[in-house]
Amino acid sequence: MKFQLNEYFKKNTEAAPLAVFRIFFGLMMLISIIRFWSYGWIDKLYIQPTFFFSYYGFDFIKPIGNYTYVIFLLCAISAIFVMIGYKYRLAIIVFFLSFTYIELMDKTTYLNHYYFISILSFLLIFLPANSYYSLDAKLKGVSFQKIPSWTIDVIKLLLGIVYFYAGLAKLNSDWLVKAMPLKIWLPSKYDIPLIGDLMQEQWVHYAFSYTGAIYDLTIPFLLLFRKTRIFAFIMVVVFHVLTRVLFPIGMFPYIMIVGALIFFESNIHHKILQFISRVSGVKKVTFDTNEILNIQSRRVKIIKPVLGVFFVIQLLLPFRYVLYPGELFWTEEGYRFSWRVMLMEKAGYANFKIVNEKTGQRFYVDNDDFLTPFQQKQMATQPDFILEYANYLKSHFEKQGHQNVQVFVESYVALNGRLSSQYIDPKVDLGKQKESFKHKTWIIPFKDEIKGL
Amino acid sequence: MKRFRFLTVVVLVLLAVACSSSDESGEATDNFDRKTLLENIADNIVIPAYQSFSVDMAALRTATSDFVSTTDESNLVELRQAWSTAFVSWQSVSMFEIGKAEEISFRNFMNVYPVSSTNIETNISSGTYDLTSVSQQDEQGFGSLDFLINGLSDSDTAIVGFYTDATTGVNYENYLTDLVTRMDDMTSEVLNDWTGDFRDSFVNNSGSSATSSLDKLVNDFIFHYEKHLRAGKIGIPAGVFSGTPLDDRVEAIYKGDLSKTLFNANLDALQDFFNGKHFTSNTTGQSLKTYLDFLNTIKDGEDLSNLINNQFNTARTIATNLNEDFSEQVRTNNSLMLNTYDELQKNVVFLKVDMLQAIAINIDFVDADGD
Repeated sequence: MKFQLNEYFKKNTEAAPLAVFRIFFGLMMLISIIRFWSYGWIDKLYIQPTFFFSYYGFDFIKPIGNYTYVIFLLCAISAIFVMIGYKYRLAIIVFFLSFTYIELMDKTTYLNHYYFISILSFLLIFLPANSYYSLDAKLKGVSFQKIPSWTIDVIKLLLGIVYFYAGLAKLNSDWLVKAMPLKIWLPSKYDIPLIGDLMQEQWVHYAFSYTGAIYDLTIPFLLLFRKTRIFAFIMVVVFHVLTRVLFPIGMFPYIMIVGALIFFESNIHHKILQFISRVSGVKKVTFDTNEILNIQSRRVKIIKPVLGVFFVIQLLLPFRYVLYPGELFWTEEGYRFSWRVMLMEKAGYANFKIVNEKTGQRFYVDNDDFLTPFQQKQMATQPDFILEYANYLKSHFEKQGHQNVQVFVESYVALNGRLSSQYIDPKVDLGKQKESFKHKTWIIPFKDEIKGL
Repeated sequence: MKRFRFLTVVVLVLLAVACSSSDESGEATDNFDRKTLLENIADNIVIPAYQSFSVDMAALRTATSDFVSTTDESNLVELRQAWSTAFVSWQSVSMFEIGKAEEISFRNFMNVYPVSSTNIETNISSGTYDLTSVSQQDEQGFGSLDFLINGLSDSDTAIVGFYTDATTGVNYENYLTDLVTRMDDMTSEVLNDWTGDFRDSFVNNSGSSATSSLDKLVNDFIFHYEKHLRAGKIGIPAGVFSGTPLDDRVEAIYKGDLSKTLFNANLDALQDFFNGKHFTSNTTGQSLKTYLDFLNTIKDGEDLSNLINNQFNTARTIATNLNEDFSEQVRTNNSLMLNTYDELQKNVVFLKVDMLQAIAINIDFVDADGD
């Protein structure tokens, strides 16, 4: 076994797929940031709000006023450097740090896609993505046409985990038996040309649910095998374009389509690079050296355990929810960072009451005074948001001179078409509760049952 | 794009074939036509309501000029009556902050309260003011008229005295006329837009995007219910947000005994809108209610429209016990006011959580990417 693994680490393959991946990754990230910036979202999401929701343990990471633009600029520039492969190692580290910083600033904007970009860029730090068809290789005059196979396989593994886990998460009774939440979302897309009318049909909701689950569970394997690869790639394109048409998911579909190219044989990547060299004028032939990259064993000794731990975390983290009692979709304890994508239509309403413990005098908070509509929407359905906001309200009103401040919330949440019901125990003073990884006992248990993973 | 559409169709046909063997009974869920809904709202609710309001505004304008030309107590009473009628009529249109109304901030210029009596006096004595300025919203609209015809003094004789004063009377007359003229002009502007091009663009914007008519209108409806009915008319005076009752924050504070009438008119208008009830008629058409009922046949859930209507009715029943003058109510027995608030509050949950979820409408253009 150990021998086999050592043999595997000695195997080499063409560097072209990784080079293409690096170029497209950098390009997609650059477009994403320009798009984000041009929509005015930096201002809207990170400058205008007065309060930001932090990840537990990361409350020191906040937007830094107008300098927040500098972080985005840094992120964009490093994306360009990654794309052209110039000072690659430094560039990808800066990209990882700046992108992750942006994501940690306010968890209101959390998306699985952003988390995916964060951990993918972390992985890329350890890969020799600049050894071929990069400015680094050109300047150094050393280009390696062959690199260790594992440096490409780890990307395939990560993509495979994302898809497969997203598929596993769909194996629940809401998705498969009730076709929820698609049964809510699809009818609202009645105005899409050609298929709008179909969106009202029950069988379409079920068809979409089942195809979605089967797609996610099988696509990594279909992409892996040469015979099914073309078909799989067509499915990738159709699936992601369809989700792009139906849902507001930004750049992610394109990133996944481009990312799936990594599964192909290197001849396709050589063709892509030929095309790029014709357009850019950077001649591909000068990189075709047939040289083999040998990563220093000193380095490999560090990389192996780091990536080992990385993937163990990736495999286990999505299952951490089993450590918590109650329904995952309802409490959301262990919901994030688990590839649970598009599983819930959850809406909520949270009305905070400030009470003077001694006199009993009380008043309600107007959430508009503190939170943007987007933040209110996210806050109302997630207990950790509700707690952080309640703690903030307590300190805010204490600073204003209020005495003996207690914070209660009257909140209602509706999940996947069920009638709304009370979410947080209205008798619990949230001002006294502290955030932790422990189960939040003041969440009122879910009234229904959702079976499955 | 064309090619992609072709692919989609192919995939869907494949899916159709794959699923045809299942024993899904394929209930006949006829497509709900959102355009009919928008037509019903525009033609049978919004436009007739604006037309009726516009007639009442014109009458208010006439009563104002009558009062200015013959300034006496009997004309003051006439003017007050015309003002009350228009103010009640306003409650049927105030929620439709869309199109021209949204563009010119109709509601904020027509009915901000409390108004600033000090600033109004300043405007009157200086004679220079720009009513189109956003900073002048507290000095105009129904609330300012309330001050000018009800609030200057306790006795009608004394109020008339302000307008007949040899030196400053003309300033009062001018200000009164300017306010009413501006309100009437804005009303015509909004109505003309509806009867002109806007009706068609409103009805044809029947898509599902964040800027579609239904999305915007539903957001307006909920916003109005939450901010202007629940909070503005009941919650704020009852001290829900301040801890102590604020008896000076009620609508039509100087008139006093009109606040409950205004509240009820607005509550009725909101419920009628929800049910698609034609303006001043018992006929109903396509509405949020029928849309929810249609969607319920798909997902087979709770009878939400019924819950919402019941809650509207409960709030109305509780409110029957309130004093005609909310200011008086807040001072004497605020708990009844708070009870009314609580019943109104329950419908916020149904409307904002359950209804929005059912019809998959986002709260106020949260425009960012999703998963």
